[in-house]
Amino acid sequence: MPAAGVVMIAAVVLIVLALVYYLVSTILALQKITNALDEAIAGVTGIIQKSEPVDEVVASINANLDAGVDLLEGLLVKKAGLSDAVGLVEGLYPGAAAEGFRNVPESKDAKAPRISEVYTKGTLTLARLGREAPIAAASPNGPALRNPAYGSLAARGLYPDARQTRPQSMPRSPIIGTDSPVQYEPSESPGTRKRMPGKAAVLEPTPQQAEAQEGPVKSGLAFLRRLKGD
Amino acid sequence: MTLEWIGDAILILVVLPVVVYLLRGVLNAANSVVPSVQEIATAATAGSKDLDATALLLTTQDQVQKTIETAADYGGSLDVILDDAR
Repeated sequence: MPAAGVVMIAAVVLIVLALVYYLVSTILALQKITNALDEAIAGVTGIIQKSEPVDEVVASINANLDAGVDLLEGLLVKKAGLSDAVGLVEGLYPGAAAEGFRNVPESKDAKAPRISEVYTKGTLTLARLGREAPIAAASPNGPALRNPAYGSLAARGLYPDARQTRPQSMPRSPIIGTDSPVQYEPSESPGTRKRMPGKAAVLEPTPQQAEAQEGPVKSGLAFLRRLKGD
Repeated sequence: MTLEWIGDAILILVVLPVVVYLLRGVLNAANSVVPSVQEIATAATAGSKDLDATALLLTTQDQVQKTIETAADYGGSLDVILDDAR
């Protein structure tokens, strides 16, 4: 065999070996890809199956929440009035007044009263709400204004001083007893109550009885007295 | 005889390098796809596990419905108790 033929055979063998090596390596890599894709497909299938009812459930939840929002907004506007309702929401969530209520388009144009600053009509209610009340917004990291044990006293502190001094300005209770500064005359009939004023304690005869007992003249006086009383 | 040598030379110097170059390119491309696909498989598996909690949405749905019903009851009572705004 000529040398050129031997060299050709060797070259062909080299080419075949190269083909075998690279193609087998490629086949192995493709097998890895296939296996990984099988896992991915299984995972995606699981995602599809698990997320299938999500749309319906979330739609139901949103429908219920929409109904709740409609209910609460409507009740708030109905009971507090549009202006106060907007002010209350603005106090709780600053900036919310600009968005207005969903079902009340005119609420966007309503001028919100500054309930969170000074608004005595809602201050007590807001104080009872506790930490989330806007009156606590000034010091959100501080102690709560609302004291659970003495909530009414804490709320009273929100009012002006004029109301604070009212209990102190009331007259004191009278002092009774033998050494009291004001001595009253002793009763003539202790323990016995005199005739009480009022119709319930007066046993007046009926007109028929009076007429029968006192005659027509006195019954006429009784009639006039009754007419004057009416 | 000379042509055979020329053929051998072309086979060794041209065909063999071209074949090796092309096959290496295919192999490199296939190898580069493997990690990406494995990452996709891992992510899909993790996503599927994350969605195991979707069953709790049914509980959430019931709770939301009960909450809204309770709020509606309170709202109805408040509507009766409180006067409307003037």
